[in-house]
Amino acid sequence: MRKNKKILFVICGILFVSAKAYTQDDDLLKLVGDDESSKKEYVKSAFKSPRVIHGHSIEFLSAGTMDFRILHRFGQLDQGYKNFFGLDQASMRMGFDFGILPNLMVGVGRSTYKKELDGFIKYAPLRQSTGKHSFPMTVALVAGMTMDGLPWADPNRKNFFSSRLAYYFQVIAGRKFSDAFTLQVSPTLVHRNLVTAVTDSNNIYSVGVGGRLRLSRRISLTCDYFYVINPLTDNTYYNPLAIGIDIETGGHVFQLHFSNATGMNERAFITETTANFIKGEIRFGFNLSRVFQLKKKRK
Amino acid sequence: MKKKIFIPPVFCFLVFFSNAQDKYFTKTGKINFSATVPSSPENIDGINKSVICVMDSKTANIQFSVLMKGFEFERALMQEHFNENYVESDKFPKAEFKGFITNNNSVNYSKEGTYTVKVKGKLAMHGETKDVESEGKLIIKSGKINAIADFAVLLSDYKVSIPTLVADKVAKTAKITVNCLLEPFKG
Repeated sequence: MRKNKKILFVICGILFVSAKAYTQDDDLLKLVGDDESSKKEYVKSAFKSPRVIHGHSIEFLSAGTMDFRILHRFGQLDQGYKNFFGLDQASMRMGFDFGILPNLMVGVGRSTYKKELDGFIKYAPLRQSTGKHSFPMTVALVAGMTMDGLPWADPNRKNFFSSRLAYYFQVIAGRKFSDAFTLQVSPTLVHRNLVTAVTDSNNIYSVGVGGRLRLSRRISLTCDYFYVINPLTDNTYYNPLAIGIDIETGGHVFQLHFSNATGMNERAFITETTANFIKGEIRFGFNLSRVFQLKKKRK
Repeated sequence: MKKKIFIPPVFCFLVFFSNAQDKYFTKTGKINFSATVPSSPENIDGINKSVICVMDSKTANIQFSVLMKGFEFERALMQEHFNENYVESDKFPKAEFKGFITNNNSVNYSKEGTYTVKVKGKLAMHGETKDVESEGKLIIKSGKINAIADFAVLLSDYKVSIPTLVADKVAKTAKITVNCLLEPFKG
């Protein structure tokens, strides 16, 4: 009995102390379980724009926004003053991208090069996140189509509409490793319905690598490269490489870069880059992106 | 004999619960932030509807915790810039205020009514901690407390830098409006 009494006193003592500690704890927030770190949260701003430079990035537009994109690729720098370092020869693409869901977007565009029309749909089944049930990387799928708008090369033969079309399919896997560094890999298949030479393959396989290094809050260095596994048979085609900086100014993102590619859609820059970066056949180009809010986020 | 022994623990439990009843809390408090100036091309304001607020009517302590990423803006891009370039939410995910009501004695928590209170404390945000003082209101009604306050925060105090390009379009002091409906905390 005496022992019992002692134990009870101890228990009661502990209870009293703990109750006391509870009320004196000046961190009231802990009481209500202010533990937000366990919440699942998607990683944003892996890239400044849904494109690395040429190719798609793991970044998506916010839902309800439209990205109006004006892309320019100029002539080669080595032409010197005669063509004002290539600026006299501009090729452009104008495009509209739409964010439908946080992980779904579509876009259309038209390039002056080959009067080509292109469209794509991009969807991320897996997104990099932190907290509970987190996932370490974003996996995005892209399916796109291009349509050559040039007059038929030989109008006298039987031409099919389908010959104008090409398709591309891409899997992008990427991760924002830190606030400053993002890297992605994108295996890509470009299928062209019509090829010029019999020896050319309709399916061109390539692997893209894209990266971003944040230099300051609003400026980052980007790099976009595609290794073409089975390029076209004659040796005039090279792998597209672009190095640039992204500058963010309020509503605009400027992507200024140097590249050997002229094409501004996947079919064009992956299969038809005719300049050699290493030989200095480089051109200046820029992507201008302006994001508009179409749907108010909140009332 | 047995009866006597059982009283102290029961008493302890009572102490525990009676203390807990002095506390009020919410996890759905609202904080509005505005940095709009007349020259702003659009409204620069965000609202956070998941503010955590806890107060202890006995000790006069009042504390807030705000997830910076919880601020919602009308424009997605503005929200992105807010998080990425201004408050750097990845580095500094939370803002916390810890303070107390200096005139807690003038509030009768058991009587319904509106009480003007003065709150003093420290606001930690963007890696900086500064003293903040504000006047607010406690509206006590049907067992709940509605805590309302508005005050201004000088952004440079918290090392939130505004680029020169938009310096005249963003206010240097942000207006903060707090509105939290606190319910009794049942510990």
